[in-house]
Amino acid sequence: MITLIWLELQKMFRKWRTYIGFIAIGFLAIVVQVALYFTGAKMIDFQMRGIEQSFVMVGNLFNGYFIARFILMALIIHIPFLIVIVGGDLLSGEATAGTYRMLLTRPASRFQVVTAKFIAGWISVLLLLVWLMFLSLIVSLLLFGSGPLLSFQGMKLVIIAQNDILWRFLCAYLFALISMSTVISISIFFSSFVQNAIGPIAATMAVIIIFLILSAIPIDFFQTIKPYLFTNHMSQWDGFFSDPVDYGEIFHSMWYLLAHIVVIYGITTYIFIKKDILS
Amino acid sequence: MDGTTLTRFIRLNHQTNGVILNSEQVIEVRGLTKKFGSLTAVNNLDLNVYRGDVFGFLGPNGAGKSTTIRMLLSLIKPTSGEMKIFGKSITKDRKEIFSKIGAIVEKPDFYLYLSAYKNLEILGKLSGADTSKKKIMSMLELVGLEKRYKSKVKTYSHGMKQRLGLAQALLHDPELIILDEPTTGLDPQGMKEIRDLIIYLSREKGKTIFLSSHILHEVELIATRMIIISKGTAQVEGTVEELLKSEKVVVTFEVDKIEEAMKTVNESKWKENFKSTSKSEINFELTKNEIALLNKYLIEKGILVSAVVPVRSLEDYFLRITEGGTK
Ligand SMILES: Nc1ncnc2c1ncn2[C@@H]1O[C@H](COP(=O)(O)OP(=O)(O)OP(=O)(O)O)[C@@H](O)[C@H]1O
Ligand SMILES: [Mg+2]
Repeated sequence: MITLIWLELQKMFRKWRTYIGFIAIGFLAIVVQVALYFTGAKMIDFQMRGIEQSFVMVGNLFNGYFIARFILMALIIHIPFLIVIVGGDLLSGEATAGTYRMLLTRPASRFQVVTAKFIAGWISVLLLLVWLMFLSLIVSLLLFGSGPLLSFQGMKLVIIAQNDILWRFLCAYLFALISMSTVISISIFFSSFVQNAIGPIAATMAVIIIFLILSAIPIDFFQTIKPYLFTNHMSQWDGFFSDPVDYGEIFHSMWYLLAHIVVIYGITTYIFIKKDILS
Repeated sequence: MDGTTLTRFIRLNHQTNGVILNSEQVIEVRGLTKKFGSLTAVNNLDLNVYRGDVFGFLGPNGAGKSTTIRMLLSLIKPTSGEMKIFGKSITKDRKEIFSKIGAIVEKPDFYLYLSAYKNLEILGKLSGADTSKKKIMSMLELVGLEKRYKSKVKTYSHGMKQRLGLAQALLHDPELIILDEPTTGLDPQGMKEIRDLIIYLSREKGKTIFLSSHILHEVELIATRMIIISKGTAQVEGTVEELLKSEKVVVTFEVDKIEEAMKTVNESKWKENFKSTSKSEINFELTKNEIALLNKYLIEKGILVSAVVPVRSLEDYFLRITEGGTK
């Protein structure tokens, strides 16, 4: 099984498409940081106007943590686009290339093959997020220095102490990993039906976009179903920057997403095992 | 010994070996059927392949060869029927069975963005093969691709991919080799190389080979036993000799006194076997036994027979069988 996953990763990382996400994130994270480096201080001044008079601020508020959260917030909505490029190709790519005939006439069972594909997909998400974390958190801390984190919770302003922040980032990234794994799982699911990668990419994005739109429509019916749409739970990573953290809500969302992953993986595996390979 | 004689020599020898080895059944298929909607691609097919066989699986385009191979290799599910490989069920003992099978199914497709070497490494690892550089390179040498091992498969010609297909089928030293039209797209030299390789694998390495083809000649040259299928149904099965034994062959007799010979023939029962005549030749339709008898008869009548040349008739036979649809 380990061999199978390792081989999947090798195939994945020898494809040009796999690097699109890394390049896009690398580019965006750096552009945002450079832009903030030169102009950003004004932004925080604006946000802090009025507050500065009432408090005596200690330390640098326009620091690496602030930037890292800013970047995470700005990019996370778009990362699904980058993830499905890889996920949509995972199974369909073998069909397009005709390589199923080589892959599935080996000792490994279809269950093992599809499981290895899913695990490789999740690992690719993990690597992409580690890359994002490296660029946004580590580089930002180096560029902008450390300090307490300023966080708005609705109308309330929370200041999180410098030594209380790092674990929140790690948890937020862990949560993002679960959200994005849900996304890639959906794209792998769609990918098992077709012979090209475009279909699954479009289908996954369509699902996400439709769900997002539905939850944004202020009609009672849609507001009632909103809590059941997985997209609604994907942004819970930000919950770790509240004080105190509402663990109940976070765990609820986490289990909800994990359940999605398990069910999607299960259905895909079932379909894949039954499927006639005609490509 | 020239090439053909050598091939025939090997084949004959192989057949004698075959008799000794023909005990263990490697592929056993009963009543295999596959329907695609209303179309029956494979219909109630039985197959028996024994250890050491070079089994020819012959049929015209669309006969159901690839469909059968896909079922044998678990790529598609049969609508009904039983399949056993090495005496075991392909669903229950998958791991054990598939580590002992090497296969090419239809056209050779690879990870185009990877080099030939990397493709072999990945596929070899999946089959638990020795994937040391030495082993992979020796495999590439065997199929004549060692100079291009670094090139991406994208840049390969069809024939080169076909060769690489063979390499991936052989890398893990399988006991059973299933080849679906392995010579399509190869030049005559390449075809011959592959035939020789198959003979070598069978004779020297004791491999069992299941070879599908729509080219009778190819199968005839190397197969020990064969089955002809058409429209998904088996038409005949047996050794090439067996298949031809009862079949009439068109034979050309080269004689010295053509008119006298014709007269003799017309006065005898051989008249019925007469087909046509030209300058110094007379064509008859005969079974193998009759060839000798007619030859003897003519010589007894004082006609010198300078040559007896069987016209290739297996080809006709094949066409008749496959087009007719029934025996
Ligand atoms: N996916 C499919 N859907 C419907 N019919 C199919 C499918 N695959 C094959 N067939 C049909 O099954 C029959 C057998 O096809 P198959 O590919 O097994 O033939 P073949 O003997 O391998 O021919 P060839 O010599 O051309 O490779 C054909 O009539 C074909 O049209
Ligand atoms: Mg075919």
